[in-house]
Amino acid sequence: MSVDILMPALSPTMEEGTLSKWLKKEGDTISSGDVIAEIETDKATMEVEAVDEGTLAKILVPEGTEGVKVNAVIAVLAEEGEDADSVEAKGDAASADAKENAPSSDKEESSDDSESKTEEAEAPKAKVLNDPSIPEGTSFTDTTVRDALRDAMAEEMRRDESVFVMGEEVAEYQGAYKVTRELLQEFGSRRVVDTPITEHGFAGLGVGAAFAGLKPIVEFMTFNFAMQAIDQIINSAGKTLYMSGGQMGCPIVFRGPNGAASRVGAQHSQDYSAWYGHVPGLKVVAPYDAADAKGLLKAAIRDPNPVVFLEHELLYGNSFPVPDLEDHVLPIGKAAIKREGTDVTLVAHSRMVGFALEAANILAEQGIDAEVIDLRTIRPLDTDTVVESVKKTNRIVCCEEGWRFFGVGAEIAATVTAEAFDYLDAPPARVHQKDVPLPYAANLEAMSLPDADDIVAAARKVCYVD
Amino acid sequence: MATKSKSTKKAPSKASKAEMLKYYRDMLLIRRFEEKAGQLYGMGKIAGFCHLYIGQEAVVTGMQSCLKEGDQIITGYRDHGHMLACEMDPKGVMAELTGRSGGYSKGKGGSMHMFSKEKNFYGGHGIVGAQVPIGTGLGFANKYRGTDNVAVAYFGDGAANQGQVYEAFNMASLWDLPVVYVIENNMYAMGTSVARHASETELFKRGISFEIEGEEVDGMDVLSVREAGEKAVKYARSGKGPYILEMKTYRYRGHSMSDPAKYRKREEVDDIRSHHDPIEGLKGQILEHGHATEDELKDIDKEIKAIVKEAADFSLESPEPDPSELWTDVLKDVEVA
Repeated sequence: MSVDILMPALSPTMEEGTLSKWLKKEGDTISSGDVIAEIETDKATMEVEAVDEGTLAKILVPEGTEGVKVNAVIAVLAEEGEDADSVEAKGDAASADAKENAPSSDKEESSDDSESKTEEAEAPKAKVLNDPSIPEGTSFTDTTVRDALRDAMAEEMRRDESVFVMGEEVAEYQGAYKVTRELLQEFGSRRVVDTPITEHGFAGLGVGAAFAGLKPIVEFMTFNFAMQAIDQIINSAGKTLYMSGGQMGCPIVFRGPNGAASRVGAQHSQDYSAWYGHVPGLKVVAPYDAADAKGLLKAAIRDPNPVVFLEHELLYGNSFPVPDLEDHVLPIGKAAIKREGTDVTLVAHSRMVGFALEAANILAEQGIDAEVIDLRTIRPLDTDTVVESVKKTNRIVCCEEGWRFFGVGAEIAATVTAEAFDYLDAPPARVHQKDVPLPYAANLEAMSLPDADDIVAAARKVCYVD
Repeated sequence: MATKSKSTKKAPSKASKAEMLKYYRDMLLIRRFEEKAGQLYGMGKIAGFCHLYIGQEAVVTGMQSCLKEGDQIITGYRDHGHMLACEMDPKGVMAELTGRSGGYSKGKGGSMHMFSKEKNFYGGHGIVGAQVPIGTGLGFANKYRGTDNVAVAYFGDGAANQGQVYEAFNMASLWDLPVVYVIENNMYAMGTSVARHASETELFKRGISFEIEGEEVDGMDVLSVREAGEKAVKYARSGKGPYILEMKTYRYRGHSMSDPAKYRKREEVDDIRSHHDPIEGLKGQILEHGHATEDELKDIDKEIKAIVKEAADFSLESPEPDPSELWTDVLKDVEVA
């Protein structure tokens, strides 16, 4: 059987080129890998290597020909035992139509494309369950966020042998912020692993362990240091399920303090909610109180997907009532209404929830009844709860500790505008960090970070009372 | 600590007739598969980046012969050969290259992102060097579970300059993880030669600061690879920790399909091809030992050609993924207890 030699494409965008030189002539024997011709595009000169073996029976496009279409037959190869004189090109050199061979630009297929575009353009929303109800008579114990997180890890490690925690100073030192206190004593050094200072490395190692079916909890001393590891979090943990067509899973939790600490300067103080919230394939959780921290961390550890769990250093020591339940697990992806109100919706997450509640108290004294929503999860974002609230209050203030541009508040404001436009009595307002790196000086730091007063001012503005 | 020096030049251990014929067949399958992939790329059937393994076949073929059930493989983006060596189906690999639903990732991964849990192939990673900590994590999981399995993490001479590689080396050695690092030194990181990108060009020495044994191996000779691989895998399997093998090899084709090859001379490629080709080399030994006749080897060639043709046909007939696939596999469903 003769073989057509086609004008090759050197890149996906190449449509035609110049056949500048033949390095073999008719009658030559060709082995696979031999350079048979040179072709030129506007970008480069490239050699054409033979794929098949045989005798070059006919050259159909002479050297020096310009504008040779990709996939046009340029020569015919006679295979072993074939008469080189009698072979014919199966495709027609002159009329060889590149389009015929193009993968997906065919007319038929492109009509399929347009059909598919009319289908749902948004990702289907996953159903998220409500919080399980806490049985009547359940007692509550005041617990710090720090201990609630610790208890969550300890309970999950008791429950599942494949769960382990690794990070800098998690074992002997008992955790840089004492979140892993006493885990080493209970679970030993096999499951509570002190790492070198090597964020990129241990994040990647954790991903590999998760690919292999373990359930790592990777602690970053702060999320500022996780920027060294962000490639492994996004490209390896976040995308592999999709890129593998669903074969691989990455059940891993990346956790640690996020956001501004106190007087530690710009490199140690930033909120990564929007950064990770941007990425499909990740879940992003940022709780405020201890009960949510515990219930959501337990859910994160059990989740078969990579979860970025953003804690707040300035909340670690705060105490909140935590239900005395054997297994307190909350659904990821569900916001919580922390205070009901009718006049304005305040949406916040992490430490900003505290400021929003404080602002709501101040506003109440001024005759404004604010509803406070704690997002708890950044991705998937529970926009239903927010939109429902806005339909009731007709006004919204989006509060976050991060910068304004492309932030969580921007996403919520856009969603509310799209889904509850007719209900809005004022444009959505945003409260956020000033658009500068966080300063060290006490006065400048205080000016830069948002607080309850900023929320009060924004709420009064959308209520048109100022 | 044993010496971290080049392995002494001696004839590698003898292989049986069946083994030699298997290696010949396996290497030839990679060669012919890659040639076909290159051709399909030229026809516009494969798009994006496509990095061919032609010339390096002995490395993965020799290493694979040292592994047992449950051992894991991970590599970078020049990954087609590794998948075939893991006995992944050539049809599924080629159909992923053409972006079709019959591909290993249903067409959603492409040349650089393919996986097979069943065959313990953990990718296929497009970010240079990222597979090294991940492969180390596979070794960590083996040790955590108390199995005697070994993870083999392949990377190139270019990736050997990435910081995360050394972060991984440090932890692997510190914790005695069962990982064999195979540096496929094909002399060029894209278009930059080793001499131009590496301050220490003997890459097998890159583990010295981490107390990791390293060895230089003739990566163009499958039996040399096998011998070194057996030693390294045995070392890692016995719980002594990681091992580095630097395979001196060569890629005949460009870095990717759109490589103008201006950084090396054609004569250099031709010289290696004519004097050091791993397939021709093994073929010579097979004939010399009388393990097969020219005709018998031709039959193998024909058989391989048919497999590759079948793969190519499948990859072109398999439909594009259903539009609904756009939204699947982003997250796994959470089981409700």
